[in-house]
Amino acid sequence: MLAEKYPEEVKKVFAKYPPEQKRSAVMPLLYLAQRTEGFVTKAALEDISQLLDITSTEVAEIVGFYTLYHDKKAGKYRMQVCTDLPCALRGADKFLEELCGNLGVKVGETTPDGMVTVEAVMCLAGCDKAPMFQIQSPEGIVYHENMTVDKTMELVAALRKSGIEVK
Amino acid sequence: MAHLLLRHRDIPAIGKMEVYRKNGGFEAFKKAVTKMKPQEVTDAVKASGLRGRGGAGFPTGVKWGFIPKDIWPHYVVANADESEPGTFKDREIMEGNPFQFLEGVAIAAYAVGANAAYIYLRGEFWPVAAILDGKIADMEKAGFLGDKLFGTDFSLRIYTHLGAGAYICGEETALLESIEGKRGQPRIRPPFPAVYGLYGKPTVVNNVETLTNVPLIVEKGSDWYRSLGTADSAGVKIFSLSGRLNHPGNYELPFGTTFRELIYNYGGGLIDGRPIKAIMAAGASSAMIVADDKTLDTPMDYASVRMLGADLGSASVIVIDDTINLEWVINKTIHFFKHESCGKCTPCREGTYWMLHLIERIEHGEATIENVELLHMVAMQMQNKCLCPLGEFSTMAVTTAIERFPADFKPSRAGGKHG
Repeated sequence: MLAEKYPEEVKKVFAKYPPEQKRSAVMPLLYLAQRTEGFVTKAALEDISQLLDITSTEVAEIVGFYTLYHDKKAGKYRMQVCTDLPCALRGADKFLEELCGNLGVKVGETTPDGMVTVEAVMCLAGCDKAPMFQIQSPEGIVYHENMTVDKTMELVAALRKSGIEVK
Repeated sequence: MAHLLLRHRDIPAIGKMEVYRKNGGFEAFKKAVTKMKPQEVTDAVKASGLRGRGGAGFPTGVKWGFIPKDIWPHYVVANADESEPGTFKDREIMEGNPFQFLEGVAIAAYAVGANAAYIYLRGEFWPVAAILDGKIADMEKAGFLGDKLFGTDFSLRIYTHLGAGAYICGEETALLESIEGKRGQPRIRPPFPAVYGLYGKPTVVNNVETLTNVPLIVEKGSDWYRSLGTADSAGVKIFSLSGRLNHPGNYELPFGTTFRELIYNYGGGLIDGRPIKAIMAAGASSAMIVADDKTLDTPMDYASVRMLGADLGSASVIVIDDTINLEWVINKTIHFFKHESCGKCTPCREGTYWMLHLIERIEHGEATIENVELLHMVAMQMQNKCLCPLGEFSTMAVTTAIERFPADFKPSRAGGKHG
């Protein structure tokens, strides 16, 4: 239950919107819900729907519509590589292919240790610093720009060392 | 010339409250609230010729003037959803010079009588939102946000709201739906947000870069602002330069700078000195411009770029060299728009779907010349029929690439050389 688990944060979220417009809190609450497991559980959908007086379907449609919400478990770190036109003009497709080769996964797959899921995503507003990607983890989102495959593999090694295995 | 928007490039610590204040920060806001009537602020912005920097180029002061005086409360919403492939200017403003942007939000709120403002950031800008939350707290501490500001009756609070990955939320009515906790799908207009905006109340929606210009106008005056840029397009603009260049990046320049200056003087020319082939001036939404001498010597302002059969939009200049085939380029842009179509209106939902099927057939070398013609026809049929600009945008590069670069779509080479 979010209100019990993160009481301060839930209070702060509700303070942002007029009291009669609490449905506006659905997006920040979904981010909170993802903090635990990296995805939104069925129980969280129910919980949020009750907090906001909307149906759980109305919460689920938000999860389905926006790409940064997930309804399934994946790796602890989602490595989301931009392969849109400006990045691709600077070698993003080749970068992604080589990275996948090094990690031994296909795009969309997770490394066997459950740490990294590699995804191809749409523009991240880092076009001048390609190849680039963001890492989405339960704690938030961090950009990594002007990357090479070597630098990325070092980063993955560091994540594996410091991160907690989730599998 | 010193930077007016990207001031952190001259004063690296401008993001700190004391440094920003030492350099004249919040004087414009104080002047507006204590010495000017709201209408005078709107008039000053109108007279400055400032036009929206998010892509549409609509006169900002005129937009503010649409807010009715008999429906309350009013809202200001800053559009920080920056998601157009090729655009990365607002992020640099918010990271480097956040107070000038926030001061612009505050002045806009005063001008239209709003006591609450929301900043809608794309979800990927999670760390940027954290920066802004910190700066908003600094402003509250310093007495620039809160109740009865500068001893007047004007009160203001600013809040950040994170999106979660949807290009469509840059469209202002989709953005408002998103803040309201719904799927980000555009509303049918009219009514426009100025009358029926956030929570059904009068709302001004302005882009980050637009708002960052506002303190300058209040501080230095409309005439000074108008003296920058061209008659049609006043002021300075941040050009996001990307693609096959030696030095991609943001360049803050007066409107009217030529493509040649931007690409060769600032962007350092093309990688390996390759010949330039095409330019997309407004990101992935852009028409494909043939990069001949006439184009390169064209001044970048709204009217001049239109003469090239394109739009300047948010001035996200993507440069394409002769190693790149345009069939590959539009394959990329169609993928993008197919993914980002919100599905609400049929022409966009179905049109992007069929364009994707056709371009993939061409990409895989399975196409006949009729398929290229069909792709062009599908794109043409979508134009002027979509609920919001996304659908129109998806067709721009497709029709113009086929019309202006026919050699790239010959079946004999389809499926050949890729970028």
